[in-house]
Amino acid sequence: MQSQLPIYPEQASNFAPQVDALMLFITAICVFFAAAITAVIVIFFFKFHRKQPNDVGIAFDGDARLEAAWIIVPLILAMAMFGWGAVVYVDYRHTPQDTLDVYVIAKQWMWKAQQPNGVKEINELHVPVGRNVRLVLASEDVIHDFFVPAFRVKMDVVPGHYNTMWFRPTKPGRYHFFCSQYCGTNHALMAGWVTVMEPSDYAAWLSGSSGGNANPVVAGEKLFAEKACITCHVPDGTGRSPSLNGVYGAQVLLADGSTVTADDAYIRESILQPNAKIVARYLPLMPSFQGQLTEEQILALIAYIKSLQSLPVPAKGAGIAPPTGNK
Amino acid sequence: MHRTGDLYGHFQTLEQQKETAALGMWIFLVTEVLFFGGLFLTYTINRHTFSTAFGIGSNTLDIKLGAGNTVVLIMSSLTMAMAVWSAQVGKKKLVSIFLIATLALGTVFLGVKAIEYKQKFDHHLVPGLSFDMKYHPTHPMPGDDLTELALEKEEVDKAFAQDPDINAHGQLYFSLYFGMTGLHALHMIIGAGLLIWLIRGSFRGRFTPQYNTPVEIVGLYWHFVDIVWIYLFPLLYLIDRHR
Amino acid sequence: MNNTPPAPDNELPDTHYLNATYGSGIRSWLLTTDHKRIALLYLASVTVFFFIGGVLATMIRIHLLTPTGALVTPETYNKLFTMHGVAMIFFFLIPSIPAVLGNFLIPLMIGAKDLAFPKVNLLSWYIYILGGSFVLYSFGTGGLDTGWTFYTPLSSVYSNSAVTPAVIGIFINGFSSILTGLNFIVTIHTMRAPGMTWFRLPLFAWAHYATSLVMILGTPVIAITLLLVGLERIFHLGFFNPALGGDPILFQHLFWFYSHPAVYIMILPAMGVVSEIIPTFARKPIFGYAFIAGSSIAIAVIGFLVWAHHMFVTGESTYAALTFSFLSYLVAIPSAIKVFNWTSTLYKGSISWDPPMIYALGFIGLFVIGGLTGLFLACLGLDIHIHDTYFVVAHFHYIMVGGAVMGYVGGLHFWWPKITGRLYPESLSRAAAVVLFIGFNLTFFPQFILGYLGMPRRYHTYPPEFQVLNVLSTAGASILALGYLLPMAYLTWSMRYGKVAGQNPWPATGLEWKTDSPPPTENFHVTPEVTWEPYDFENRPDLGLAAGARPLAPAHGDD
Repeated sequence: MQSQLPIYPEQASNFAPQVDALMLFITAICVFFAAAITAVIVIFFFKFHRKQPNDVGIAFDGDARLEAAWIIVPLILAMAMFGWGAVVYVDYRHTPQDTLDVYVIAKQWMWKAQQPNGVKEINELHVPVGRNVRLVLASEDVIHDFFVPAFRVKMDVVPGHYNTMWFRPTKPGRYHFFCSQYCGTNHALMAGWVTVMEPSDYAAWLSGSSGGNANPVVAGEKLFAEKACITCHVPDGTGRSPSLNGVYGAQVLLADGSTVTADDAYIRESILQPNAKIVARYLPLMPSFQGQLTEEQILALIAYIKSLQSLPVPAKGAGIAPPTGNK
Repeated sequence: MHRTGDLYGHFQTLEQQKETAALGMWIFLVTEVLFFGGLFLTYTINRHTFSTAFGIGSNTLDIKLGAGNTVVLIMSSLTMAMAVWSAQVGKKKLVSIFLIATLALGTVFLGVKAIEYKQKFDHHLVPGLSFDMKYHPTHPMPGDDLTELALEKEEVDKAFAQDPDINAHGQLYFSLYFGMTGLHALHMIIGAGLLIWLIRGSFRGRFTPQYNTPVEIVGLYWHFVDIVWIYLFPLLYLIDRHR
Repeated sequence: MNNTPPAPDNELPDTHYLNATYGSGIRSWLLTTDHKRIALLYLASVTVFFFIGGVLATMIRIHLLTPTGALVTPETYNKLFTMHGVAMIFFFLIPSIPAVLGNFLIPLMIGAKDLAFPKVNLLSWYIYILGGSFVLYSFGTGGLDTGWTFYTPLSSVYSNSAVTPAVIGIFINGFSSILTGLNFIVTIHTMRAPGMTWFRLPLFAWAHYATSLVMILGTPVIAITLLLVGLERIFHLGFFNPALGGDPILFQHLFWFYSHPAVYIMILPAMGVVSEIIPTFARKPIFGYAFIAGSSIAIAVIGFLVWAHHMFVTGESTYAALTFSFLSYLVAIPSAIKVFNWTSTLYKGSISWDPPMIYALGFIGLFVIGGLTGLFLACLGLDIHIHDTYFVVAHFHYIMVGGAVMGYVGGLHFWWPKITGRLYPESLSRAAAVVLFIGFNLTFFPQFILGYLGMPRRYHTYPPEFQVLNVLSTAGASILALGYLLPMAYLTWSMRYGKVAGQNPWPATGLEWKTDSPPPTENFHVTPEVTWEPYDFENRPDLGLAAGARPLAPAHGDD
C-alpha cells in the first residue's frame, strides 16, 4: 500500500488505514450492487428484446415481499456503512489528552503554523512521527480548510471560531497539504508540505534555526531580482520607482506632504500594501506582494534594503526628504 | 378578463374553479411561511447570541404604538372576515363598507409604522446610517420624557459595559427589525392594492353569493399578513421588556 | 375513450397549438397562456443557459489540461466554475424538466385543458427571464467568483466580483420556481379528468407533485438567505460576517436547507421520465407502482432532513453529524427502490431498443453509480477525507448530468413526437445516447480517483501527479460535448424534415397520447374519461397491439 499505486495516497497517519478500509468495504458493496444491477439489466435487455412488432410484455402483480427485501437489505448495509463511518468519525472528533499542539492560522492565501516552543513556519508543518498532534485552526479572513490527503484528515478553518483536528503521523516523509475550502483567487496556491520526522530529528529541528544558515542579505538580493523589484527600483534613480539606496532609516517624503521614517515596518508595509503610503512625485504603480512572500522572505528583503544604506543616493530619483530648512 | 364569475376556459365546473383558487392561495401562503421563516430563524438565533443588544434594541421600540397597531390589525382582520360574510349572504353594500374599513385600518397601521420608522431615523437607529445606540439618550428630542431618557441612558451604558460591540450587535437587531417589519409592510401595501381592486369590484356589484372567490382569497392573504404581525410584535417589542 | 377522429398517421393535423388561429406572430408567443407554448418558451431559454454553462465547462476542462493551467488567470478560472454552477443549477437543471416537459405534459396527462393558473404560468417564465437577465448582467460586468455556494464572508465581504446583481437574479428566479410548483400542486389536486384517480396518475405526475412540494417549501428559504447576503454586502451588516459578530455557519445552514432539497428538485422529475419510458418500451405495467409513487414523496420529505451532511467538517457537533449521516443513508433507500423496480419491470417485458429506452437505461446506469457514491460521502469517516475533493464533483455530476440531464434529453426524445408531431433519425439518436454514455463516464469516472488521491475541487492549478487523470477527464469531455451537440442538431433538423409521427407512434398508454401530435390548443376535443389503469398494455385495444398481439407467454402466468 504505497503511493506507486495511483488510486490512493500514501498512508501516513493513524486514520489512513481506517479510512482506506472503510473505503474498500463500501466500494465492495457498491461494486457488487452496481455490477449485479448492470448485469441483470443487460441480460433482460437482450433476453426480452421484442420479437414481433405488436408484442406486449407480461404483466404481473407487484410483490410486497420483494419490495420489503430490497428495502431491508439495503437498509442493513446502509446502517453498517453508517456505523463504521461513525466510529471512525467519533474517534476523529474526540481529541486525545496527550497531544502536541500546533497553532495554525489561515489567511488569504497562506498558512502560518506555530510550534509549541514558538517556532513559526509558513506553508510548512513539521511534526514528529508517532505523537498525537492537535492542530488549533484559526482564520484571519474567510473560511479555509486544512487537508492532508496522506493522513486522510481535513477540517474547516472558520473565522470567528476555533476548530481543532488531531492525527498521529505514522510514517516519516513529506506530504502535501491543501487548502480545501474555496477562499478566493489563490485558493489553489494555498498549499504546502507536512514533514513528518523521527522524534529526535524533530527535536533537533525545533531547537535549531529554521531554514538553514543562508545569509539573509544574499537571500534578499536574490529575491529582489527574482521578484523583479529591480525593474522599477533602479539604483540610479532612473526607474519608475524611487531608488532604495540609503533609504533605510531615512525620512521619506510622501505625496501628501508628510514624512515618515523608512524603518522595518514601513518597508514591510510598502511591500504588502504599497498604496498605503505613496512617495512624493511618484505614481501608485507598485503591485502588492501580499500572499507571495513568506515572513522570512520579507525579512530577507528588509535585510537587503538595509544593506543599501551606505550606497550613494542619486540626486534625482530617491524618495528621501530633503533635510528641513533646505530647498 | 372575466369579471362576472363566468367559467374560465380551462375549468370544467365553477366548483372546480373556486376550489382551485382557494387551494392556490393556501399553498402560496405556505411558501410565505417559509419565506418569513428564514428571517424568524435568523432573528431567534441572533437574539440568543446577543441577548444584551437585542434587549436594548427592543426597549427602544414604542410599545404603545406597537400594541395599538396590533389592535388595529386584528380589527382589520375582523372587518375583512365581515366583508367575506357579507358577500356570501348577498349584502352588497356591506361588502364595500367592510372592505373600505379594512383598507382604512390597514392604512392606519402603515401610517403608524411610518411614524415609528421616522423615529428610528431621528434616533440614529437605522443600520448603515451613522448608527449609534448611544445617540438618542445623549441627544434629547423635543417631546421626550427626560426621566425616561435618563433611565434609557443608564441601561445603554450598562449594556455597553457588558458588550463593548453593542453597536455592531445592535445593528443586527435593527437590520432584522427593518427587514422583518419592512417585508411585512410590503405585504400590507400589496394587500392594500388588492383591497382597492376589490373595492372597485364591489362598487360594480361583482361579488354575489354565487361568486365571491376574490374576496375570499384576498381575505386569506390578509389574515396571513395579520398573523405574521402577531408573531412579530412579541418577538420584536416584548422581549426583555422591563420598562 | 372519446376523441375526435385523429389525423391520419402520415399527416400533421390541420390546426394545432403551434399554428393555432390566434396567430403565430411573436405577440401570440410572448403573451400566450397556453401551457404548451410556455413550455417551448422555456425550452428555448433553458437551452441558452445550458449552452452558456457548457461553454464555461469546456473552458474549465481545457484549462485543467496542464497542472499550471493553460488557459486563463486564477481570477478568471474562479469565475468560470462559479458561473458554470450558477447557470447550470439555477437556470438549467432546476427548471429543465418541470418547466419544459412538466408544463407541456401535466395537463395532457391528467386530461385537463391547461394548468390551474395559466397566467401565473406565463408570469413564471417572465420572472425566470428577469432573474436570468440579472445574472447575465453579473456575468457580463465582472463575473462572479464566489462559487455557486456563496459561502460567507467570502461572498458578503471579500469578493470583488459582481455578487449583488447575481444574488438579486437568483432571488428573483426563485419565485419562478415557487409559482411553477404551486401551479403543479393545485393542478394535480383539482384539474384531473373524470376517472383519473390519484393512483391512476402517471408516475411522471407523481414525480412532479413531489418535486413541487420541495420547490414551494425550500425555495423561499434560499430567497431570503441570498437577500440577506446582498443586504450584508450593500449595507455592511453582520449576519454572516464574524468581524461584526455574525456567523458564517448560519449562512451554510440556511443555504443548504434549500440547496440540498434542490438536488431532489433536479432528480425527481428525471426519475419520473424514466418511470414513463421503461413501461412504455417494455410494454408492460411498471413493477410496484405504489412504491415508486410513494418513494418520490419519501425522497421529497426525507430530503429536507439531511442538509448538514454538507457541513461534516465545519466543526459542527458530533451529534449533529451522526444524525445527518444517518438520515442521509435513509434517503438513499427510496432511490434504491426505484432502481430495483425499474429493473424488475424489464423482466418478461417486450423490450424495444428505441432511443428513449437507451436514454432511460443510460440514466439508470449512471444514476446507480452517482447514487452509490453518495453512500461514500454520507459515511462520516470517509467524508473527512473526500469532502471538497473531486470525489464530490464526480458524484454530483453523475447524478445531475448522468442522471438529470440524461433524463431530460431522454424525455425530450420520448415526447418529441407529441410536441412537434415529428420523429427523428433513429439510429443516429441511439448512437448519440451511447456517445453520451461513454463520453460521460470517461469525463467523470477519473474524477473519483482524483478525489480520493486528494485533489481538492475549485483548483485552477494542481500538483503534477494529478495530470494524467485530468487529461483523461478532458478527453472524455470532448466526447460528451459531441453527445449533446448531436441531439441539438438532429432534433432541430427533425422539426422541419422529420417523419410525421402520428398520434401515438410508440405506442404509449398515457392520456397525452390520445390526442393529436401536435395537440390542439385545448388539448382534447372532448374531455376524456379514464377507465383504465396506468401502463396497462393488455387491456387497451385502442393501441393497436392487444388485438392480434401475442404476449410472450400466457397472461398472468407464473414466472
